[in-house]
Amino acid sequence: MTRGRRLRLRVFRVIVLVLGGAFFLVPIGAMFEFSTRGNHVGAPRTLDAWTTIVTYPDLLGAIRDSLGLAAITSVAMVVLLLPTMIWVRLRLPRLKRTIEFLCLLPLTIPAIVLVVGLSPVYRWMAINLVDTIFLLSFAYVVLVLPFAYRALDAGLSAIDVKTLSEAARSLGAGWGTVMFRVIAPNMSSALLNACLLSVALVLGEFTFANLLSYLNLQVEIFQLGLANAGTSIAVSVASLMFAFILLVILSFFGRARARVAPERAGLPFPGAAGGGLR
Amino acid sequence: MTTAVAAAGVGTAMRAGVEVRLEDLRRSYVGVSALDGLSLTLAPGELVALLGPSGCGKTTALRLVAGLEQADSGRVIVGGEDVTGQPTNKRDVGMVFQAYSLFPHMTAWQNVAFGLQMRKVDARRRRQRAGEMLELVGLSGFADRFAHQLSGGQQQRVALARALAIQPKVLLLDEPLSALDAKVRARLRDEIRRVQLEVGITTLFVTHDQEEALAIADRVGVMQSGRLEQLGPPTTIYSRPATPFVAEFVGLTNRLAGVVRGGDVEVRGTRLPLVQPDVADGPAVALVRPEAVTFADGEDTRPGPLVGTVIAIAFLGATSRVTVDLGDVTILAQLPTSDASAHPAGTRVRLALRPDPVLIARDEAAVGRA
Repeated sequence: MTRGRRLRLRVFRVIVLVLGGAFFLVPIGAMFEFSTRGNHVGAPRTLDAWTTIVTYPDLLGAIRDSLGLAAITSVAMVVLLLPTMIWVRLRLPRLKRTIEFLCLLPLTIPAIVLVVGLSPVYRWMAINLVDTIFLLSFAYVVLVLPFAYRALDAGLSAIDVKTLSEAARSLGAGWGTVMFRVIAPNMSSALLNACLLSVALVLGEFTFANLLSYLNLQVEIFQLGLANAGTSIAVSVASLMFAFILLVILSFFGRARARVAPERAGLPFPGAAGGGLR
Repeated sequence: MTTAVAAAGVGTAMRAGVEVRLEDLRRSYVGVSALDGLSLTLAPGELVALLGPSGCGKTTALRLVAGLEQADSGRVIVGGEDVTGQPTNKRDVGMVFQAYSLFPHMTAWQNVAFGLQMRKVDARRRRQRAGEMLELVGLSGFADRFAHQLSGGQQQRVALARALAIQPKVLLLDEPLSALDAKVRARLRDEIRRVQLEVGITTLFVTHDQEEALAIADRVGVMQSGRLEQLGPPTTIYSRPATPFVAEFVGLTNRLAGVVRGGDVEVRGTRLPLVQPDVADGPAVALVRPEAVTFADGEDTRPGPLVGTVIAIAFLGATSRVTVDLGDVTILAQLPTSDASAHPAGTRVRLALRPDPVLIARDEAAVGRA
């Protein structure tokens, strides 16, 4: 590659990076700018809208509930989907298309239709079982299925599930061990991606919660926006930042897991040295 | 290395080999029979290689012994115990797969120790045992490496150590060398045999490579269409094949038209004894090994049934494979390179057939082709 071409390529990359960054950062910057405006024209900058977040009791409760919902949904999704997908891949490959179709189905059904279908079930649960916002996690598991399925399917395709599971079985491992100690650790990136997508989706979910009359973060932001636009925008920026930071933490966590060898203290022989057949 | 291993007490730590019996195993997939009444007994400490073309049922047989598949009928008996209905994880078998099967998130050491952990062996003993096993396969210096930091040959050696670490009753090797290049393959083959003899474990080795099977096994079982065509020591399989299929699958074979008469077969003017003399007289195709074809003494190259023109010479090292066009048929001869090089391509030669016992094929199509 000639020097001139390399330079042009570098300039092109910088331009793409700047444009892409601007596309995401300008609206967030504008939101932040708006949230720090005073109450009237010419008023000095203030962080009142941001400090209100922690003093606003309903908002804190909504944040807590949304985080709880995100955690429950992620765990439920993994527990439901991962063993199912591994089992289908190993023992029932002819069902793969059916499972894929079922998992992708929620994408094609409008949220309002799902809510209309689910509302009698929720009404029954609220009357006969317990009325808590965490019941929403049932609906959210359905909602995240298409995204989680795609992420997990990519992870499973990247490893030789059949050979690994047969090797583990021949060494005495039961199915639980095969799934959670052999297969799952080898698709940790896919699991993290699936969880992240679930968390992001749950934290941003409005329609289900609003129509089923539960108060989650987005519903609270919406209501807050009617009363206090500055705080509403501040919470929106905060939740975006939270999702971003979570993404960074999870991706670093995933990389660190792949890099660090688990402990192997006190072995009777030295470390990597010596030759051998290559 | 052998001394070091003996010092580590690996040999004594291993369980003595047990008898493995496969009794009338049958298995079919969607109406297609993969195993059609396979019966086979492996003596304690014996290495039996199942050899055959793709789809002959050899891998199915191995998977039935491992419990990775269930037989439609028949029994698998390991060390006197009927394990037919037992799941894989309860069978006490060690297995090395064709595909690289090390757990990628674990180091070589952790892979080897995995089976021991499943058996709830305490941590101290686990470390010791995994160390011994890695030393046995010559990889003690690679204990901390992950699978992606090991070559293909090293991965298969760790897989072997992992399979042996649990002191299984039987070792199952499912084409463990097929993903490796030729040089590594030959070395690892010898390594597997050394370890197997050292440990004394009963071993079933599946391969489609005849050279591999003949080189490594105490006995070779040649399979076709879910059945054992012949089971015997490598020398017998090669020099006394029981069926035309075995003769043609193991080693190269010339198919020469002839006539069976009085317990012999007459091929191009030469009478050859038959492996199975009690066959009816009549036309047949004799299966003649290239090693049984030589250059005749003398300079006489007048037209005759075994006179032809050398059309190609393949150099194989100490020997060369010479292709001779006899006019109506092409014949292969495996000769010392010094003899072969004296007759370059284009030379007229007269061949002779050594009177080794030969097999005959009787099907009309074969006669027609020959």
